Amino acid sequence: MALTIKEVEHVALLARLSLSEDEKVKLSQQLGAILNYADTLNTIPTDNVEPLTHILSVHNVFRADEVQPSMPREEMLANAPLVEAGYYKVPKIM
Amino acid sequence: MELFELTVHALQQKLASRQVSSEEIVKSIFARINKVDDKVKAFITLTEEDALNKAREVDNAGQYKGIAGIPLGLKDLFCTPGVNTTCGSKMLADFVPTYASTAFRRLEEQQGILAGKLNMDEFAMGSSTENSSFFATCNPWDLTRVPGGSSGGSAAAVSADEVPFSLGTDTGGSIRQPASFCGVVGMKPTYGRVSRWGVIAFASSLDQVGVISKDVYDNALIMKIIAGHDHLDSTSAALDVPDYTACLDGDIKGLRVAYPQEYFGSGVDAAIKDAIKKALLKYEELGAIVEEVSLPHSEYALPAYYLVAPAEASANLARFDGVRYGYRDNEAENMEAMFSQTRCQGFGDEVKRRIMLGTYALSSGYYDAYYLKALKVRRLIADDFTRVFKDFDIIVAPTTPTTAFKLGKQSGDPLTLYMNDILTVPVNMAGLPGMSIPCGFDQGMPIGMQIIGKAFDEATIYKAAYAYEQSTNFHTMKPALGVE
Repeated sequence: MALTIKEVEHVALLARLSLSEDEKVKLSQQLGAILNYADTLNTIPTDNVEPLTHILSVHNVFRADEVQPSMPREEMLANAPLVEAGYYKVPKIM
Repeated sequence: MELFELTVHALQQKLASRQVSSEEIVKSIFARINKVDDKVKAFITLTEEDALNKAREVDNAGQYKGIAGIPLGLKDLFCTPGVNTTCGSKMLADFVPTYASTAFRRLEEQQGILAGKLNMDEFAMGSSTENSSFFATCNPWDLTRVPGGSSGGSAAAVSADEVPFSLGTDTGGSIRQPASFCGVVGMKPTYGRVSRWGVIAFASSLDQVGVISKDVYDNALIMKIIAGHDHLDSTSAALDVPDYTACLDGDIKGLRVAYPQEYFGSGVDAAIKDAIKKALLKYEELGAIVEEVSLPHSEYALPAYYLVAPAEASANLARFDGVRYGYRDNEAENMEAMFSQTRCQGFGDEVKRRIMLGTYALSSGYYDAYYLKALKVRRLIADDFTRVFKDFDIIVAPTTPTTAFKLGKQSGDPLTLYMNDILTVPVNMAGLPGMSIPCGFDQGMPIGMQIIGKAFDEATIYKAAYAYEQSTNFHTMKPALGVE
């Protein structure tokens, strides 16, 4: 079953993607088909199964709370599309 | 044999005995690249001048330890300081990292020499390298066919003798499938074996760095260098790394080999099933105990993967917003428009499709039905493997259902393309190590055999792969490429 265009637009907003009308139509079909396929998972019972989020049983790996050098500002900014006075520059927000 | 044709261990011997210099090797590699890469199109960026300078430095120092003076290629998602790292995407076309990924740094510490950065499906999403924002790579065995993906450039470059070895990444088969299609050796180690620091992320609970090489020995040699704990990647395992080459003795008497019935279904080409069955007979001949087993949840691995991987990708790729690095739409008048227009122009179709799918699967009202369900199924898939590995040392199966398909043939329907991953995805879902080695040909195209091992037991995979390789000659076959 295809997704509605409204559903596609809602997900596109969450994902911050400005899709063209063509893309919306195509994605409504394609996502529908993939989700249909994903529904085959519902044929297996999983009521008492613990979800497996991570293969390794590691939790909260901490390092010692010691000050370490961080990346120099110039390097951090080196790949930014727009920089001014040592800051990232973006369009007006307010 | 020409220098560019040699394995890493053969080059090591020639350097150590002063028969050749690193400069001669690097020159030979670039002569080869200049001759064949306009056909294969494996490289996005070449670093010839730097490579020659480094080679001369190594030669002047006169110490050839480890892989000193030996050239290598990297999938273009390993951060390389001062060298473009595009991830196959318009989004990062001009991105020049200021730091090195851990895996590359470990190779560089031994004075391995970067020859260039290799083509890939955009953000590692794809099975053919046709999703690269720049150009498609061709299969050296037949230039009208795909090299596989997403590490297609990494596999094609090794197969075409453009580099002795390369690094790739594997999230759902992206090392093993192209290695199989290009007739080379590809290992995806256990999740956590190699640091992912400085590797552009796709799906963080599945991504793993691995090696593509001309033979099993080289693969074991390079894996030993890049594997091991890294404090910069908290998911890298704090375990000792065995000397993988030390276990390559060819003796596999009593090795318990399982082959899962589900991996020999109707979707797998008859020629591929035959080649794997022959390989299993070879294993018996070598003294292994071979038995059929069942991994009953295999068919659910693919639909579960196509929820988990896009969900993680949608979160990982949220960082590409046009602010800190990468492409930006400078026409946008406000912040919201800048985010969504930058992302829509910077990402290609497959990446957008997966971001949309993942965002949907994680969104309010659908999380339990899709994402959580997939994680529960993931547990069942991992449990299947655990059961089999109580009684067996390795699992042998085909790597892919078909040999390399034609360029441009499968790009229409995404689901059809996803089916290529059906035999490789379960291994990532369970976090296990998996390897593909050449085991035959069908109408001139290479066939790959997949060897799956217990978590952190790459050593047994290498041992089994080496024993098979040494009793066959598939790994010595080279594509003709229409050149002298």
